[in-house]
Amino acid sequence: MDHDALLALLQQAVPGVQFESAPSVDGQPTVYVSRDDLPATAPSLRNAPDLAFTFLAELTAVDFWPQEPRFELVYILVSITHRLRLRLKVRLGADDARVSTLTGVWPAANWLEREVWDLFGIVFEGHPDPRRLLMPEDWEGYPLRKDYPVQIRMTPRSSEALQVTPEEFRASVENDRLARRD
Amino acid sequence: MGLESEIPVLTTTVEKMVQWARRSSIWPVTFGLACCAIEMMAMSCSRYDIARFGAEVFRGSPRQSDLMIVAGRLSRKMAPALRRVYDQMPEPKWVISMGACASIGGVFDNYALVQGVDQIVPVDVYVPGCPPRPESLIYGIVQLQRKIAQQKLS
Repeated sequence: MDHDALLALLQQAVPGVQFESAPSVDGQPTVYVSRDDLPATAPSLRNAPDLAFTFLAELTAVDFWPQEPRFELVYILVSITHRLRLRLKVRLGADDARVSTLTGVWPAANWLEREVWDLFGIVFEGHPDPRRLLMPEDWEGYPLRKDYPVQIRMTPRSSEALQVTPEEFRASVENDRLARRD
Repeated sequence: MGLESEIPVLTTTVEKMVQWARRSSIWPVTFGLACCAIEMMAMSCSRYDIARFGAEVFRGSPRQSDLMIVAGRLSRKMAPALRRVYDQMPEPKWVISMGACASIGGVFDNYALVQGVDQIVPVDVYVPGCPPRPESLIYGIVQLQRKIAQQKLS
């Protein structure tokens, strides 16, 4: 299926949403959609029988700092039944980098959105588990942003050795003994 | 050492005997972090055969080990785990920092890696290289054995 035919199908599946077609070097269909239209678009792409993009293969982001709009989210969708691939992009501004989560549409988005939040600081509103994925949980800053100081020097953290008093040790041994006897 | 006699007996001091026992039977903990671990495995296998120097018993548990070979780059997220493994090893214990990344951060001069494991654990021997060849690591272990042989008991 060529680019225009797919675009027509998209428009048919999600009426009222403005799709902006974009050129791509590899010939893979690429469309931009606005952030506000994304929550309505995603379920339709998944559920429309002509499209059936049931597989979210990848979600990542690009930082165009210092240009504006600064971020671009890239969703790569695969339709296994129709052998289609679609690159769906969303532009986000620097001071308002937030978008609603798609974990309800594609469960695979859970960790992918965590990764993008971890490394780019893009907030996914309504995410069920908004923790960092790769960096330590108390990390400050978002390392894949273009303005992040990559060669930053910090003292590394290390945990303290577990301290157990003799009384606690004896109580623990006694507990184990009692548990074994039961 | 030695006694002018026909009886097969050697005399020595307790200190010398303990030093000999410690350096002749080093048990490293299995702690490979990156590509240096491949060279460490080669060193322990038949071609280089660290058993010739009495340090071949790699243990899966830190509680049975007395040497930690930090083989590879240490990420900041891994640092607490490395320290915990080190703390679980019984005394006396030694650390070899293997390769450029473990020693000074190597080519990874960035936020994600610890720039030298000596910020986390006390290092006895640094082995240079990227990665060091198995011969280099064997040399490092022999250096460590010399060090152990000179450690006073008190």
